[in-house]
Amino acid sequence: MPTVSLTVNGKAANATVEGRTLLVQVLRETLKLTGTHVGCDTSQCGACVVHVDGKPVKSCTVLALQADGCAVTSIEGLSQGADLHPMQQAFRDCHGLQCGFCTPGMIMTAVDIAKRHPEADEATIRRELEGNLCRCTGYANIVKAVQTGAAAMRQG
Amino acid sequence: MYDFDYQRPSSMPEVKKALATSTDAMPLAGGQTLIPTLKQRLRKPAVLVDLQGLRGFNEVQSVGDKIVIGAMATHATVAASPILRKRLPALAALAGGIGDPHVRNRGTIGGSIANADPAADYPAAVVALNADVVTDRRTVTGDAFFKGLFETSLEQGELITSVHVKLPEKAAYAKFPNPASRFALVGVFVAKFKDGVRVAVTGAGPTVFRVKTMEEALAKSFAAAALDGIAVPASGLNSDLHAAADYRAHLIGVMAKRAVAACS
Ligand SMILES: Cc1cc2nc3c(=O)[nH]c(=O)nc-3n(C[C@H](O)[C@H](O)[C@H](O)COP(=O)(O)OP(=O)(O)OC[C@H]3O[C@@H](n4cnc5c(N)ncnc54)[C@H](O)[C@@H]3O)c2cc1C
Ligand code: FES
Ligand code: FES
Repeated sequence: MPTVSLTVNGKAANATVEGRTLLVQVLRETLKLTGTHVGCDTSQCGACVVHVDGKPVKSCTVLALQADGCAVTSIEGLSQGADLHPMQQAFRDCHGLQCGFCTPGMIMTAVDIAKRHPEADEATIRRELEGNLCRCTGYANIVKAVQTGAAAMRQG
Repeated sequence: MYDFDYQRPSSMPEVKKALATSTDAMPLAGGQTLIPTLKQRLRKPAVLVDLQGLRGFNEVQSVGDKIVIGAMATHATVAASPILRKRLPALAALAGGIGDPHVRNRGTIGGSIANADPAADYPAAVVALNADVVTDRRTVTGDAFFKGLFETSLEQGELITSVHVKLPEKAAYAKFPNPASRFALVGVFVAKFKDGVRVAVTGAGPTVFRVKTMEEALAKSFAAAALDGIAVPASGLNSDLHAAADYRAHLIGVMAKRAVAACS
């Protein structure tokens, strides 16, 4: 069976996979990084978003072998020890979650939004969140969290 | 998903060889359509040949009076291309309106055109601009490329390598997105060339089509008002849970006017 070599959250990781194995399966099932969620498995909800070579993608819609040789960052890779990433802290402070199921994907997307649009307004944030569904919050506090987190990231 | 053999060759001859090993071999581009399709077990390829190992097929370049877009250029690359944003912003905007950021980071122009989803955005641009679809075997004009529902003039194992776009004087794309998927309920691409106007509609029928009555009216007077009173018949258009055929027919008029208005 083929093997896949990744750098996950800065550490080298190898796994034996099938052609059909998804990136999210390697993260969750092989590497036990269960912070990345599977909400729909139909490429719609964005709960599974991780960064591959710095770009957010739906890890349920990427084959593990497509990511061979790539650097992957999952939600577990954001905090520095016990210190939350500013975007994680913002979601906590702004009450940007209820059940929390969508949150890992939301935060991975939000970090990318903040990088590409450091001064993002509400309309930009809502447009950029089109691939991330939340069934609890009604989005208002998520938008607030992204704005707050982006401001904190700007200050570095 | 049924299992398959995954290959990632790094040159065009190797890709062609891998595709020729079996009639069940399929190219894999961004996977944003193919992977969901495999999950539903609607396809059962024996071999998937990943095109991402090819170098030089993911760029947007100015070549003479044309813009050449590599088949593996992602929607995000097309949306951000400085060349397109300057010389054909309508196409950059179209790519920037596909799906969501994650889909745009992976999905490619070649995959979208090869797939020929009736609600996909790119087919409207390819037909309205009469772009040349260049394959590993030949060049097919935009007018001749799309054949029907998920059907193109590509042969088994034939690969799109690039899309060559001639620059219009003016162009714009207006889409009424399905609010859930962002696919086009109806999308209209209008392109004004020196020698005429082309209007292509996606989302409304089984495949992209042109509206000659609108093209003739716009050739006489390139203004939204020139489309007043031109009705597109609902017969043959799609009816589904998202919209009935008569509503789609109505939307063609509305989107065409918006596109023309956006051209000026
Ligand atoms: C949530 C979601 C929302 C979406 N929204 C939209 C939208 O609003 N508008 C829109 O237009 N699309 C939308 N899409 C579809 C998306 O644009 C896909 O990226 C695109 O349809 C297929 O491109 P791909 O590169 O992912 O191709 P793949 O999925 O890899 O391949 C698709 C098909 O094309 C074939 N193929 C791929 N490359 C080539 C090539 N170079 N030559 C010959 N055959 C090839 C494959 O064998 C396969 O049959 C959406 C998809 C998702 C998951
Ligand atoms: S689990 Fe990947 S998009 Fe929903
Ligand atoms: S917090 Fe429950 S789905 Fe978003």
